[in-house]
Amino acid sequence: MAGDRAASIDPDALSWYEATARQRVAALADPGSFQEFLPPTERRMSPHLPLFDLPRAFDDGIVVGRATLDGGPVLIAAQEGRFMGGAFGEIHGGKLVGLLRAALDLKPKAVLILFDTGGVRLQEANAGETAIAETMRAIVEVRAAGIPVIGLIGGRAGCYGGGGLIAGTCSRLAVSESGRISVSGPEVIETNKGAEEFDSRDRALVWRTMGGKHRRLTGGADAFCADTVFAFRRAALGLIGRAPAFDLATLEAEQARLEDRIARFGDCRDATDVWRRLGVNDPETVPAMDTDAFEATVARVREADHDAR
Amino acid sequence: MESLTFRHTTHKPLPGSVPNAIIGVVASGNLEILLERVLPPDACEIAIETPIAGYGDVWEAVVADFVARAQPGGIRISINDGGARPDTVSLRLLQGARLMEA
Amino acid sequence: MTEWRGERQARDARIAAGRTFAEGKVVPAGAVVDLLEVILRPGDRVCLEGDNQKQADCLARGLSACDPAKIHDLHMVQSGIVLPEHLDVFETGIAKRLDYSYSGPQGARIAKMLYGGQIELGAVHTYLELFARYFIDLTPNVALIAGVSADRNGNLYTGPNTEDTPTVVEATAFKNGVVVAQVNQIVDRVPRVDIPGDRVDFVVEADKPFYVEPLFTRDPAAMTETQILIAMMAIKGIYAEYGIRRLNHGIGFGTAAIELLLPTYGEKLGLKGKIATHWALNPHPTLIPAIESGWVKQVHCFGSEVGMDRYIRERPDIFFTGADGSLRSNRAFCQTAGLYACDMFIGATLQIDLMGHSSTVTQSRVAGFGGAPNMGSDPHGRRHPSDAWMKAGREGQIVGDPALMRGRKLVVQLVETFGDKLVPTFVEKLDALELARKIGLELAPVMIYADDVTHIVSEEGIANLLLCRDADEREQAIRGVAGYTEVGRGRDRAKVEELRARGIIRRPEDLGIEPLDADRALLAAKSIKDLVHWSGGLYEPPAKFRNW
Repeated sequence: MAGDRAASIDPDALSWYEATARQRVAALADPGSFQEFLPPTERRMSPHLPLFDLPRAFDDGIVVGRATLDGGPVLIAAQEGRFMGGAFGEIHGGKLVGLLRAALDLKPKAVLILFDTGGVRLQEANAGETAIAETMRAIVEVRAAGIPVIGLIGGRAGCYGGGGLIAGTCSRLAVSESGRISVSGPEVIETNKGAEEFDSRDRALVWRTMGGKHRRLTGGADAFCADTVFAFRRAALGLIGRAPAFDLATLEAEQARLEDRIARFGDCRDATDVWRRLGVNDPETVPAMDTDAFEATVARVREADHDAR
Repeated sequence: MESLTFRHTTHKPLPGSVPNAIIGVVASGNLEILLERVLPPDACEIAIETPIAGYGDVWEAVVADFVARAQPGGIRISINDGGARPDTVSLRLLQGARLMEA
Repeated sequence: MTEWRGERQARDARIAAGRTFAEGKVVPAGAVVDLLEVILRPGDRVCLEGDNQKQADCLARGLSACDPAKIHDLHMVQSGIVLPEHLDVFETGIAKRLDYSYSGPQGARIAKMLYGGQIELGAVHTYLELFARYFIDLTPNVALIAGVSADRNGNLYTGPNTEDTPTVVEATAFKNGVVVAQVNQIVDRVPRVDIPGDRVDFVVEADKPFYVEPLFTRDPAAMTETQILIAMMAIKGIYAEYGIRRLNHGIGFGTAAIELLLPTYGEKLGLKGKIATHWALNPHPTLIPAIESGWVKQVHCFGSEVGMDRYIRERPDIFFTGADGSLRSNRAFCQTAGLYACDMFIGATLQIDLMGHSSTVTQSRVAGFGGAPNMGSDPHGRRHPSDAWMKAGREGQIVGDPALMRGRKLVVQLVETFGDKLVPTFVEKLDALELARKIGLELAPVMIYADDVTHIVSEEGIANLLLCRDADEREQAIRGVAGYTEVGRGRDRAKVEELRARGIIRRPEDLGIEPLDADRALLAAKSIKDLVHWSGGLYEPPAKFRNW
């Protein structure tokens, strides 16, 4: 299916943040290689949204299919963060779970999940929550079968709620500065704990706490990308090549690292405190760093490369 | 939700051979348009699902201008509207037609 | 015997009374209410400095806490009604009469209070009118102003947001008034003297820094293809066509899109150096790419903008800066510059009627005028020619001796045919008329009158009203760019085509513009972060605009 026009522009320049899910997929995969499952012409739309007088999308906000990446077969799912905040509904979730289960038969080199989600769609919350659980289960099975699952995060909606949980089960994550990974979103935290605890309108605070740079420095993400499809493609290829084993030793190491993280950083009041303890000399300068300067900083931080998120 | 369908006869088919295309995203003030080359070469059908009721005559005018300009013969157009303004609708329709002509 | 020094003696008495709460000129923040209660008299004319951006908020809180039994029936004469306290004083009876210019965030409440009779309204002015009246019949008895720092002698550093302060102080201090300044900090030596100390009677060290709203920051991430298309048409069909070098932009997304297209689309058209070189403009962050690409020669500012201070400091060839390096803005001078030294004003509006009258009023809000009616008007007192001004004059001349022709300022309305929530921009009748009737305004709050407007640009095309020869042509020219609004659909199609043939209406294709090329990829910056990069890290956007 012909995608958005801008997909034809140079992927070196195409902004991941600005691109639609379809543009990301088209520019990420080898040119012309993407074959969509359940494309918009199938009209597999949400059965629930009309009850709320809300518009539907022909693909229910997620694009799934197969493609090649540098010649190797991969399965790809891409959430559209602008349709209902990329939230998981019944069809949306079913397409992702189905794709992951298909991986067990198709045995691709990897499954790529292009997260762009605020979590579960409120209007079909039960189906959405079920989809989150089924997705995590399916990822575990895919990883157990030796197929890496790589998450790419840099969209408008970030990766929140159940999306944040799913990201935690992936083999590897790549994130851009714009990308945010968390479970509770800033507004949720403010509503529950008050603006003194977390001021959701202080966007610098939001990004310090949940943004791509923080996740990369603490090892919550395994690669940091400039905001281009090209950079994400390169990161994905690199991460497929160094996915961790999925065995007891890995899980126990992750647990140990998480416990260590609480012990080391549990009393920090701000992400800059964490960065300082990680050995970043001038933590206040981190948010303003460009990609190269930030990569150089990451290279000096030992914790940035482990699997605990 | 309001459903609207408009049928037009065109002087010619839309050039090109792309079987189908999609443009745009269902978001506030935006819309998605699915184009499929499935109708007789002089027919065009536009079906719209919109959450904003009462703008049927505006849709009719926007669609009529688009058909007159692009002559999208053979194309079934399906729209999921997120409350887009008429100028955005026009723009997306033209963008969609261009994708089909590729 | 005639008393010639009564005002002066009264002033001296007020100052003497105030000194009991001061150490020299310095008054602690905790004594503001005591100070105000002895220097103010019932019925005084008071300017409580509320500018477009900078707010004397500490003094506003103090005034609203005064005892209405002592201080009442004040006549407030200030440009901005911005803070809640600005209206609270009318509820308690501290103030009674009001003359002002702009009430953006308080627009709904002010409408209610006018309707309820709690405010006795003098008039809603433009900035220049109110400033002018400070010197004729609305001279303040007391001015409560704001600055960044002061020394103990009252020498005042206003900071980059100088704005209205020099004008207010000039009128008050030289006509027997009392001037009280709140400052963020009292220092031994101010970075520069914006207001000499002998014009300032009291200095209050405020409990917290004065409030400034980032009013002129437009996030490129929110710009739409439609706004980009309109910007392309404006650049090619107006800026290039008339060779506009000296100009003023409004604050909307449409003009911000133009600013971001100069280094890309404008460059492609070969217009660098030929258009948009000299500006009367606040330091818009979206102008940074054009400045960095060498488009802009100089900019004079009404006020400053949050986060732009370091950038401005490092670009003194472009901006007006003091010996200390920081921006010196001045609303009165910049308004005058926009009126007399610019060949074009271009800005957005909320409603345009069939004749081209426009208004930003909606039924329940009185937003005031601010500077737009002056910026968006053709000053009949102008006498210096320029190519752009003369070309517009020739186009607009219908009858009369060409030897006696004078030029025209271009006043361009940049509109999308529909606004938020599908509200049409083009209407048969302005909401402003209904509002004026409802609350009894003698003058309908029309922002720009039809006879000042020269062009309307919408996504459908450009209507050149200068070339219209009668009222019917004018109406059809407006309908002809009104898109799918009722006004637009009510057009006489044959007449509109005739106007198009005569170049009165120009469609994108008439200008050689392909609407599908109106892509965000054309924006020199697509995000606030991009603007920071363009500025070499000198622009420091406020937290609410960040996504990093």
